[in-house]
Amino acid sequence: MEERQKATRRRRQVGKDGIKLKMILFGAMVAGVVLMAVLAPYLVPYDPYEQDLGNALLPPGGVHLLGTDRYGRDMLSRVIMGSQSTIFSALLLVAVITVIGSTVGILCGCHGGKLDALLMRVSDIFLAFPGMVFAIAAASVLNGGILNAVAALACISWPKYARIARSQVMTIKTMPYIAAARLSGSGAFKIVIKHMIPNIAGPVIVTAVLDIGTMIMEIAGLSFLGLGATPPTAEWGSMMSNGRSMLQTSPWVVLAPGVAVFLTVMIFNLAGDTVRDLLDPRQRGR
Amino acid sequence: MKRYITRRLIQLIPILLGITLLSFLLMNTGTADAVDVMENNTGGVLSEEEKVALRAELGLDRPLLQQYVIWLGKILRGDMGESFVSGQPVFSTFISKLPATIYLTVTSIVVTVLLSIPLGIVSAVKQNQITDYFIRCLSFIGNSLPNFFVSLLLIYFFSLKLNLLPVMGNNAGWKSVILPTLTLSFSMTSKYTRQVRAAVLEELNKDYVQGARARGIREKRILYFSVLRVSMLTIITLLALSIGSLLGGTAIVESVFMWDGVGKMAVDAITMRDYPVIQAYVSWMALIYVCVNLVTDIIYHYLDPRIRLGEEV
Repeated sequence: MEERQKATRRRRQVGKDGIKLKMILFGAMVAGVVLMAVLAPYLVPYDPYEQDLGNALLPPGGVHLLGTDRYGRDMLSRVIMGSQSTIFSALLLVAVITVIGSTVGILCGCHGGKLDALLMRVSDIFLAFPGMVFAIAAASVLNGGILNAVAALACISWPKYARIARSQVMTIKTMPYIAAARLSGSGAFKIVIKHMIPNIAGPVIVTAVLDIGTMIMEIAGLSFLGLGATPPTAEWGSMMSNGRSMLQTSPWVVLAPGVAVFLTVMIFNLAGDTVRDLLDPRQRGR
Repeated sequence: MKRYITRRLIQLIPILLGITLLSFLLMNTGTADAVDVMENNTGGVLSEEEKVALRAELGLDRPLLQQYVIWLGKILRGDMGESFVSGQPVFSTFISKLPATIYLTVTSIVVTVLLSIPLGIVSAVKQNQITDYFIRCLSFIGNSLPNFFVSLLLIYFFSLKLNLLPVMGNNAGWKSVILPTLTLSFSMTSKYTRQVRAAVLEELNKDYVQGARARGIREKRILYFSVLRVSMLTIITLLALSIGSLLGGTAIVESVFMWDGVGKMAVDAITMRDYPVIQAYVSWMALIYVCVNLVTDIIYHYLDPRIRLGEEV
């Protein structure tokens, strides 16, 4: 019996170490991608905006590793440069909705009463829209532009975080340690900062990290529809949209940014899954 | 049951009001003025007096809330105004494009069900074996591919390289529906395979399965007669809920494949700044989404007595 317990414990330990190892690996990959975006202006082999019509639509290979687009701009440089707008705006978006959503959620959970009822009805209304439909409409009213695309997606995405934060606050509100903190004279603000936020952070962070990949896809999708970044800005979605007509003759114009989106989303998703495994062991292996 | 449905219907009213108010405000607080847009679209030049008269005629000079009430009254009568571009009534245009979108939605859901349920079950039964890893790997890849990229890849391979299928439009009979359907069901299948796997795994770990095994009931029988039936409930709900997001998600795919549905209509309207059309699209999509969710909840309620009891106690 004791042997078996030991074995289980050992297996659990191995599982945990494996997750830590994965976390380090995928964390490093995420860091690499973000670093690439930050350093993009220094990494590009050519000026991503310089046109050279004599060298238009060159196939990959030679001096242009990923070929050139229809204005003779170097695809590799444009893909590297494009990581900036896509990744930064996705990270900004997730940061904004996490902060807004959890603030609303904490406010609702702590305050209760009419404010809670009102804000939750408002979030019901936003949740009633199919996400992309609302984002498309909002982005079009705001006249495109990558920041407006972020605003449109933020509008529709915060209620999810409000819901999660609220339900977490509801469960820990009645815990003895909150009462203890109150009895020992902590004010409401201090309780929220010191006791609530650290304890509800787990599920919120997991949702946020898992959302980054989705948000990258949605921002690229809006740009693909012409509602995000506008040409000539190098952005993966709009680069693919502009290359559509050349799919037959020069597919690399579409494939290069497409693969870039795919790899980036995959790296963020892998990291997101690992964060979830680490913080929420019940979901492990799902 | 009746009481539950009534309560849900009553709860629906504020949500519907909210949806319409939001989509109204969205279109009326925008930076562009409707009369200016009309002027641009028709190519005519209007004097300031004419513009003022036109604004009065369209009711744009009244307070916003009053405009909303008038607009809401019109919607209820099926009048959503005319398109700034074509001058056609928006509502009838919307209705005429809806079947194409529903067609695409239905084919995508059918393909998704046919693929994700068997794949999910196999993956769960063969947990942590090569088959499971392979399926999970595929679904992971599918989850990371944006649908506009999938659609372009499919066009590239099947239409341009192999010349098997038409590139775009919905006028080539059954062949033209294949690529858009594959695009939409690809990402959905990836998502639902994971969820089917999780649902089946959860059931497989329950005590009654152990009991059945102990009594010597064959594994296949346990799987098909007990486990599947219970996990099907979760799966059906998930699928029904995805109809809503699918209706919205078709916008990009429809416009890539030139599929003449409401999604493409909306995307075209956006480029032309045709606000009444966008407004109709947003409000109707939200309405459909809410109704689908309601019906799903009711079905779920009906199918699973545990929830029913929980509600009434």
